[in-house]
Amino acid sequence: MEKHVRVLVAKPGLDGHDRGAKVVARALRDAGFEVIYTGLRQTPEQIAEAALQEDVNVIALSLLSGAHNHLFPRIVELVHDKGMTDVLMIGGGVIPASDIPALKAAGIAEVFTPGTSTTSIIDYINAHVQ
Amino acid sequence: MNIPEELLSGSRLAMSHAITAVENEYDNAVDIMQQLYAHTGHAHVIGITGPPGSGKSTLVDKVAKEYRLQQKTVGIIAVDPTSPFSGGAILGDRIRMNDLTLDEGVFIRSMGTRGSLGGLSRKTAETIKIMDAAGIDVILVETVGVGQSEVDIVKTADTIVVVLVPGLGDDIQAIKAGILEIADVFAINKADHDGADRLNTELEMMLEINQEKTDWRPPVKRVIANRGEGIKELTEAIEQQMIQSKESGNFVKRRKQRTKSELLAMLDEQIGRFVREKLSAEGKFDQLVASVENHEKNPYAVVKDIMTSVLR
Repeated sequence: MEKHVRVLVAKPGLDGHDRGAKVVARALRDAGFEVIYTGLRQTPEQIAEAALQEDVNVIALSLLSGAHNHLFPRIVELVHDKGMTDVLMIGGGVIPASDIPALKAAGIAEVFTPGTSTTSIIDYINAHVQ
Repeated sequence: MNIPEELLSGSRLAMSHAITAVENEYDNAVDIMQQLYAHTGHAHVIGITGPPGSGKSTLVDKVAKEYRLQQKTVGIIAVDPTSPFSGGAILGDRIRMNDLTLDEGVFIRSMGTRGSLGGLSRKTAETIKIMDAAGIDVILVETVGVGQSEVDIVKTADTIVVVLVPGLGDDIQAIKAGILEIADVFAINKADHDGADRLNTELEMMLEINQEKTDWRPPVKRVIANRGEGIKELTEAIEQQMIQSKESGNFVKRRKQRTKSELLAMLDEQIGRFVREKLSAEGKFDQLVASVENHEKNPYAVVKDIMTSVLR
């Protein structure tokens, strides 16, 4: 039985900067993961529903517009409401270090800010995915 | 979670977990499929295939919406290639179907080919059955971008739509074998591009020459998927093909053929697995390989011996 890690790379809200998400998506593919990329301007509802249909192990949220404090916890809530309790949720983008503790308390397992190597994201996923 | 029970009661999460279990061959997979099988056989399975960049995903999105207008529930299986090097994949078809994500009557699942070379994943047929058992009316299966000979879709679909775009070659391309032979309906997408007329003519000429499918001549429909043009006519052609297929008895014939292929494939896999397990248990295989490589034994004799001893 082979292990196949499925990752949803999602861009919530009105942020149009997708280069980072695409770089991460490619790196994850090269690490052997199946990556479902949602595209831009997703609502929290769309992200949670896509995660359900695709039965992903990981949801990786990318946001550079500053709305993470509102959107990330909202997505965690919707994902749990749908009965998905063992999905690893991580985030990245333009997120001030001072916001990270609150995001973690809300259910985001780890936040990868600009400058992080894609290898560390891959290692983190491999170490924590269920 | 009792997956089959919850799936049959309408749980989308159960459907999703069932697909995962089957795709990854979890221990509960066979039991799930055994419980669901009796509930299958009702969905209309439509294959959408064609070269890379022909607009399959956009077309699937529009066709799905057309069926939703008719109050039908739709399942979509979108297949993308798995990297033969890393084993990973970018499953990027659903990005074209964003409007459908929140439609309760639509379920979209992306799958990687995971090594399969015929345009689909090995587990596509089972995923279709899962969606079928869940009560979905129409299942759209989008293959990877295919070339000329990846025709596994034939083994899984009731109706096959081959999507082509103008400008991909001349008339010799049109008469080669492969995907052009499997079409029940042709869709010329990006029909506003140069060469659409020419492609249409070439297809019609090819269909004239190949008069074999005399009871159904595949219609050629022009669409501009990203503008939603021609979709209604395309869907009507698909429905007509289904009606004709049922009236002529082809529908039943094709499904029997499908069941036969699936059974044989399952048997092949189980037998192969059985033999490999026996070989590794006996521990002599590496020696046999070495003796064949050294030309002490020939591979034909080795295989014959293995068959005799393992399948006694």
